[in-house]
Amino acid sequence: MKDGVNGVALGVFIFFFLAVTVMGFLAARWRKAENEHSLDEWGLGGRSFGTWVTWFLLGGDLYTAYTFVAVPAAIYAAGAAGFFAVPYTILVYPLIFTFLPRLWSVSHRHGYVTTSDFVRGRFGSKGLSLAVAVTGILATMPYIALQLVGIQAVLDVMGVGGGDSTNWFVKDLPLLIAFGVLAAYTYSSGLRAPALIAFVKDTLIYIVIAVAIIYIPIKLGGFDDIFAKASEKFTAAGAGGVVPAPGGQWTYATLALGSALALFMYPHSITATLSSRSREVIRRNTTILPLYSLMLGLLALLGFMAIAAGVKVQNGQLAIPQLFEDMFPDWFAGVAFAAIGIGALVPAAIMSIAAANLFTRNIYKDFIKPDATAAQETKVSKIVSLLVKVGALIFVLTMDKTVAINFQLLGGIWILQTFPALVGGLFTRWFHRWALLAGWAVGMAYGTFAAYGVASPTQKHFGGSAKEIPGIGEIGYIGLTAFVLNALVTVVLTVVLRAVKAPAGVDETTPEDYTADAGDPGVQAELTEAAH
Amino acid sequence: MPDQSNMTGVAVVTPVRVVIALCLVAPFVAMLWVGSYAKTDPTWIGIPFFYWYQMAWVLISTALTMVAYRLWQRDQRARASRKGGAAE
Repeated sequence: MKDGVNGVALGVFIFFFLAVTVMGFLAARWRKAENEHSLDEWGLGGRSFGTWVTWFLLGGDLYTAYTFVAVPAAIYAAGAAGFFAVPYTILVYPLIFTFLPRLWSVSHRHGYVTTSDFVRGRFGSKGLSLAVAVTGILATMPYIALQLVGIQAVLDVMGVGGGDSTNWFVKDLPLLIAFGVLAAYTYSSGLRAPALIAFVKDTLIYIVIAVAIIYIPIKLGGFDDIFAKASEKFTAAGAGGVVPAPGGQWTYATLALGSALALFMYPHSITATLSSRSREVIRRNTTILPLYSLMLGLLALLGFMAIAAGVKVQNGQLAIPQLFEDMFPDWFAGVAFAAIGIGALVPAAIMSIAAANLFTRNIYKDFIKPDATAAQETKVSKIVSLLVKVGALIFVLTMDKTVAINFQLLGGIWILQTFPALVGGLFTRWFHRWALLAGWAVGMAYGTFAAYGVASPTQKHFGGSAKEIPGIGEIGYIGLTAFVLNALVTVVLTVVLRAVKAPAGVDETTPEDYTADAGDPGVQAELTEAAH
Repeated sequence: MPDQSNMTGVAVVTPVRVVIALCLVAPFVAMLWVGSYAKTDPTWIGIPFFYWYQMAWVLISTALTMVAYRLWQRDQRARASRKGGAAE
């Protein structure tokens, strides 16, 4: 690693950072509605986004800075196994094609802002809705923390923040400034800020990837050389070659499937989805979002390039920023770092808004102050979005990075356990609310316990997300095993509970709600009604 | 389900819908069957099969989802007009 501050790169980085800060504050005036003090306005951008805004917003939201740093870092460290992110994002789109439009429709008819709102309305169960909300908040917090880790990696490589000897305040000052600014414009502009900044973020990212994927292989002598060197490294390390061994294939497939099922259970994915203008916007987006997957695949290959380029870092997270610094001229390295840095701000903003919406709608309004007005809801949401970010910041500054990574891993396992209630609920009312709650609890408990028991060379617990699947004997993703267990418990208990005629709760939705589109009777009317 | 088909005069499972389902299921079969693509050869511009094949599937699955989207739109429109006709 180079010593000292890279002045040119830092200058470019600061330029872009200032530019998006101005945009973030101006975003409040973008497509401003008459009723600005409602949660629909602040937390869902007025539910007004069309195909392209939604595309940028979702892309900026799902493909985070951490993804850009972590996926190639996984390839750099583990080889082929890290490439599961590509089949994972391939499977997401046909999957959401089937259920997301239904969620959009029912949410518009009933003014739902969060997934927990839907679960409560569908199953008439505040307990189940609370479980979904708490899971969502728990899973989102470490995800926000990891965005900070992404920014830190970039700052580290630029030489900002100093070495271990520097005073902690000076060392963390750049990060504190970045997050202070982020918090301020999220507070004032709501979801409009990340939506607008996402344009800059994605444009930068696409430029950087396009250049990197052509420029770096030319400098390194082509893909033949790159893969030959990578293969050499992994064979020498006894980790197989650049293709997964038969023993790793179950892990690969279950990780891809489990992650795909989990992605749209995350509150921030749903927030971006519900902000879209119509049902068609979502379906159309499932056909254009895969562009990001292609980019992710190319990005993943950078992990191999880092090996071939002889990048040697202790912390794998630094591999890609370091590769950029070594390979690119200073000014372009600055552009690449800005892309990653801004790439962290967009999802962090959306995630904190999503977590805040969950708290406001499903804890504050349901349990603390049922008669809260729309203006009060918005106010609480704004304050909670600040608290969530401060929490994430403290998390990153006081604890080891591995803690954030461990929790994020657990978060993925946890959030998958809300699938039966949410997606099951979108298609059928057959499941019993208590059975869903029991299934969720079993899945959460098994997933946490199993992950606790995974050791790695560096950690005794939470060392990975794969473990032997009971009864099959192959190594598979814990989250998926927990999900299957969850589904089994839910089905069996539903049969039992229906047999004993346990009270099923009131369903406030009707079958037509799930296919309603913008312009249909009831959708717009009820929407404005709910907003007042 | 027979109730519904009597109401609208259209079956719930139609050939078009089967095609839509196939388009959406195909990526799952292809991607989860890791053994079918966990190999180095044939390489493409030096990239092992394992990597370029999966990247190619990003494009294939996108095309399939687009087909599903178009067919679904057509299916919904046909149903809506038929329903409207029945109501008149």
